[in-house]
Amino acid sequence: MKVKLESEMRAVQNVVTGADLLIQSLIDEDVEVIFGYPGGAVLPIYDALYRQKHSFQHILTRHEQGAIHAAEGYARTTGKPGVVFATSGPGVTNIITGIADAMMDSLPIIAFTGQVTKTVIGTDAFQEADVMGITTPITKYNYQVKELSDLPRVVKEAFHIATTGRPGPVVIDIPKDVTQELSVGEYDCSFSLPGYQPTIRPNPLQITKLADSIEQAQRPVIVAGAGVLFAEATDELKELVETYKLPVTTTLLGLGSFPGTHPLSLGMAGMHGNYVANMAIYKSDLLINIGARFDDRLTGNLHHFAPKAKVAHIDIDPAEIGKNVKTEIPIVADAKKALQALLQKRIQTPKHDKWCETLAHNKQEYPFWYDHPEEYISPQGLIEKIHSVTNGEAIITTDVGQHQMWAAQYYTLDSPNKWVTSGGLGTMGFGFPAAIGAQLGNPEELVVSIVGDGGFQMTCQELSVIHEKNLPVKVIILNNEALGMVRQWQEKFFEKRYSESVFATNPDFVKLAESYGVKGVRATKEEDVLATLEAIFSYDGPVVADFRVCQQENVYPMIAPGKGAHEMLGVKR
Amino acid sequence: MKQIITATVQNRSGVLNRITGMLNKRQFNIESITVGASEIEGISKMTIVVDVNDHQKLEQLTKQLNKQIDVLKVSDITDQAIVARELALIKVVGSGQLRAEIQGIIAPFRASIIDVSKDNLTIQVTGKQEKVDALITLLKPYGIKELARTGMVAFLRGQQPSHVTEINSALSI
Repeated sequence: MKVKLESEMRAVQNVVTGADLLIQSLIDEDVEVIFGYPGGAVLPIYDALYRQKHSFQHILTRHEQGAIHAAEGYARTTGKPGVVFATSGPGVTNIITGIADAMMDSLPIIAFTGQVTKTVIGTDAFQEADVMGITTPITKYNYQVKELSDLPRVVKEAFHIATTGRPGPVVIDIPKDVTQELSVGEYDCSFSLPGYQPTIRPNPLQITKLADSIEQAQRPVIVAGAGVLFAEATDELKELVETYKLPVTTTLLGLGSFPGTHPLSLGMAGMHGNYVANMAIYKSDLLINIGARFDDRLTGNLHHFAPKAKVAHIDIDPAEIGKNVKTEIPIVADAKKALQALLQKRIQTPKHDKWCETLAHNKQEYPFWYDHPEEYISPQGLIEKIHSVTNGEAIITTDVGQHQMWAAQYYTLDSPNKWVTSGGLGTMGFGFPAAIGAQLGNPEELVVSIVGDGGFQMTCQELSVIHEKNLPVKVIILNNEALGMVRQWQEKFFEKRYSESVFATNPDFVKLAESYGVKGVRATKEEDVLATLEAIFSYDGPVVADFRVCQQENVYPMIAPGKGAHEMLGVKR
Repeated sequence: MKQIITATVQNRSGVLNRITGMLNKRQFNIESITVGASEIEGISKMTIVVDVNDHQKLEQLTKQLNKQIDVLKVSDITDQAIVARELALIKVVGSGQLRAEIQGIIAPFRASIIDVSKDNLTIQVTGKQEKVDALITLLKPYGIKELARTGMVAFLRGQQPSHVTEINSALSI
């Protein structure tokens, strides 16, 4: 009799809720940090977080959008999936921008969203939103967990899907009653995804074709994208480039995949890319795309994109090959595996000395340029100085707009995974919270968030987080009191009709920072820039710096919309 | 040009939404889409008829379908030997002598009258889309009160005149 009582006691102790199971699943996945915001439908999850011992930390952001962008920054710099908690209804809709952003830029994100209880789903209940309907087009996959017994398996599947193949966001929607439900015993976590088998190894035939094409090429050029970074193939890329003297351009998201200061680096190509990079693509006879998706900001008008080139495209996502640009050599594979296979081939170095000379000449002759106004701080000069003060070794996160392009142009990166920017979706408000995630994932690294005054105001409430966690993020605002890129397009393409692009008022960013307990500094004159930067980077803690830069500055060079690379504007002063 | 694509999919919730959403987002013009159980439990078969103008877009369509995690297999069977059928229910105005006349029209189509009321009758016809179209055209003068079509279901014939290429294998290049 006594024995039976003991066994009953143990059973009671072992009773866990669905929320406990969820926390345990996350511990099992070695999650280090969760970004989130509580609410009604996730109360059981947050209760389990409170009760249960766990190995990760939870970062309470001040808006769900901050949470998901922080998770993106974490994922981008660490290669690990970013995990987000949000409640039902508005909690979910507030992370939609970040999910779409992660989908466009292929970032592994797992977002757990609360849902109203199963019995009231579909009745327009309080804080109900059709999460599956809303997130289907912007996720790699999504789940609604209706049975508690499915939960541990779904979590395992989601981590697998988000981090393998072409990474992407996965949403797991969990009704409140599922997380509240009591459960005893173990659940089967094994899964099989017969419809999801990413091709990792390249087809040898296509690799041979590419090797032959390299031998015969007279004007070869590589376009390196973020796929190189996801595949951790930077060493292989460098080896290939140095062995066969192949010039390299990168996309905006591919910055850091190849050392920017390397003699064979042509820098970034695209709308605001280098003249040398864009002309190399335009005149090339062999274009080797490694892990980029031929986005329109890279190609410009497709009719004028690499018109003479044979195109080879290495991508893990077969749907990207041939989507925008006709491809002669399609290679569906992980970039690392494809480059390794290529490196095993014995290829003769192409006879392209003349091409290399031309490119070296162009690189020398047409660098990025800017004016040095005396009365204002030059934004481009500011980025150059940040580069020199930080030895080019900082992790840079940016928002979207002029400052983003200047950061891409002037903060030359030599190592991978230090560039965090919203490329595909172009999300303002991304840069600052992304820096929080980057800093948490890389506590030893210097994290600099270069933002504009417009974008910063979209998510600046997260100053609470950097104060609370004492994250030494350096926020550098290129404050031109305007939406600079909008203003630039209105100047160039709308006859200077500056419709709603110049701010009549801005907050005092120094006082704003101070009100959150964060150090704030300001510089208004060119001669104060260096001293201010020294002060920022010698300070051991978070800083917000308000640099008043010239409002009239434009980003050059530029391929105007609908134009080709040969029609670049502002190539030379 | 009209293309007939079949997809074998896992019968998970939201799979139809995912596929139609993708087709809509990528601006494919769906003529008909059908989904139903297959010979294996938990696996459904979809038949998608789309209007696609060029080869590149068609390739995109099959690739995007294949990319869906719940999609197991995609085949473009347009140029294969296939059996393709559609069912249509047609409610036509007809009483008295007209009934006999209509019966005479539908007989060669091997269609049948499945419901008769005082002023109208309902005809069921199965066959290729062209056949269904032809019958509808013939019945139009009598006054079609209601029309419902299922959209096409199709798969390969048991024997093919030549080798069949599967889209899946073409993808693993």
